[in-house]
Amino acid sequence: VSGVLAICEARRGEVRDVSLEIIAAGLELSENGAGELNVAVVDADPESHAATLGFRGVSALVGVRAPDPQPDARTMEVALDVLVDELAPAAILVPYSADGQGYAPAVAASRGFGFCANALEVGWETDSVTAKRGLYGDRVIASVRLTGTPSLVMLRPRGTRPSAQQASVPYRQLEIPDPPAMAAEHLGWVEPEAEGVDITKADFLLSVGRGVEDEDGVEELLAVAEQVGATLSSSRPLVDAGWVESGRQVGQSGRTVKPKVYLALGISGAIQHLAGIREAGTVIAVNTDPGAPIFMQADYGAVADLFEVAKALPKHLG
Amino acid sequence: MRLLVCVKQVGSLDEDFELRPGAAQVDPDSVEWSLNEWDAFAIEAAVRMAEADRGEVVAASVGGEEAAQALLDALARGADRAIRVDEPELQRLHDPLATARALALVAERESVDVTLCGVQSSDSPHGATGVALAGYLGVAHVAVVRAIQAEGASLVLERELEGGLAERLRVPLPAVLTVQTGINQPRYASFRAVKKAKEKPLETLSLQDLGLDQEDVPRGAELLELSTPPSGGGAEMIDGDAEEIAARIAEVVRRRLGTEVAS
Repeated sequence: VSGVLAICEARRGEVRDVSLEIIAAGLELSENGAGELNVAVVDADPESHAATLGFRGVSALVGVRAPDPQPDARTMEVALDVLVDELAPAAILVPYSADGQGYAPAVAASRGFGFCANALEVGWETDSVTAKRGLYGDRVIASVRLTGTPSLVMLRPRGTRPSAQQASVPYRQLEIPDPPAMAAEHLGWVEPEAEGVDITKADFLLSVGRGVEDEDGVEELLAVAEQVGATLSSSRPLVDAGWVESGRQVGQSGRTVKPKVYLALGISGAIQHLAGIREAGTVIAVNTDPGAPIFMQADYGAVADLFEVAKALPKHLG
Repeated sequence: MRLLVCVKQVGSLDEDFELRPGAAQVDPDSVEWSLNEWDAFAIEAAVRMAEADRGEVVAASVGGEEAAQALLDALARGADRAIRVDEPELQRLHDPLATARALALVAERESVDVTLCGVQSSDSPHGATGVALAGYLGVAHVAVVRAIQAEGASLVLERELEGGLAERLRVPLPAVLTVQTGINQPRYASFRAVKKAKEKPLETLSLQDLGLDQEDVPRGAELLELSTPPSGGGAEMIDGDAEEIAARIAEVVRRRLGTEVAS
């Protein structure tokens, strides 16, 4: 038992960016003594991803051919079973993504792996896998040592890329039997709402969160946004409550935005929200709670009532 | 239909919380307890499914006295009865495999058709307990569900992916689902419902009652230490009254946009 297995993610025929982060982390573990790195992808046509997933330092790319174009969680589990039996890795890396969350914990449970999800960092120390993870909205960091062989770590996406150059690596393919028992049947995709404003194109976003308290608050800030030439966006709870349409939601499950200025009013800064503003230029946050995590990510902050600040804005930005 | 909904009483920290040196523990005095946000949606989803076909909803939680409060909450919001696995130590571990193993034993004991969990807990977000539970049970499962429709012996679901995309899919029963916020509008518990909740059955079980020895509780990881993230970085704070803050924000916005912003 040795080496690292990085499980990539493909959706609708395309490799997802989180795959590259997993490879980057795998290369680092490998350099720190964890052994060779194998990169795996499960797809109907796995070999088509060989060029995208090959990096210097990767021992081999292992494709697992899925019987259906969209591998469901059960198929991913069977594929992981086959990969672990074939490669006997010491460490397995999986993206902490919607798909990853759907299958990896089940395999860790049923096969008794060491396990840590939503990890901020993964390490290799004296023959075991270590990780850091956030508690209480990342205000506390837990350092853990995984207890089990192999150990599976799900890494939180943060936008890193391998520093190694792309390279051609040996490819091999594994097959899995027909759709496994208890598999989900894919019925179709529900595309994101295409109508309305495109917040990904805006230079100046005025983004509102739970601090607005009610639907009237949203209306009031929409008016302010118009007066100052900003586009209104929001955090998830307002979309959940039905006060803001889903196309305006910023975050992991909503849109990733890159405005020049992101003005966050009454947004505490949940991890999933912050994932959506990683590429924003200047972040300004106004919140009544001085301990709000958004202040750690913001360039400018003010502890104040968001409505009082918003009301005063048009005069200065008219 | 028999439904199990797994809930958790989560902690949130004071502004000036403290870590207990050496104990790898947050000072309990700086923790405030409440029902996990995701779980309110899971409870509502379970109660609606039960209402649609005269099913029964059992709520379960793993933990000490705090966990009983989460269960009372679930009972007030429509669950029929509740089971607390009285293992405060297990809750303190923040280990999803350990929690999932205990909950899987409850699901087996109750022979449920559908188990619902929140996608994650806010104090220790692993996003893993529900799917690990399914792994122990060996049943179908779907994570991050935003719509549920029962159709005979199967469920038609929408699971949320990244960037606003979702997938429609059908899974056979029995199944475990992790429920996303926004799937429904959780009902408020009326004063009367809260009073009535105290009369509903709330059973307390140990791991031993469920047939699991302490040494057989699975662990994904052992905790080495707790620390606070390195300070530094963070925002440049703007002082003053609302007027002064707005003026300073406007100045930054103008500079970054490189133009006067049209009104």
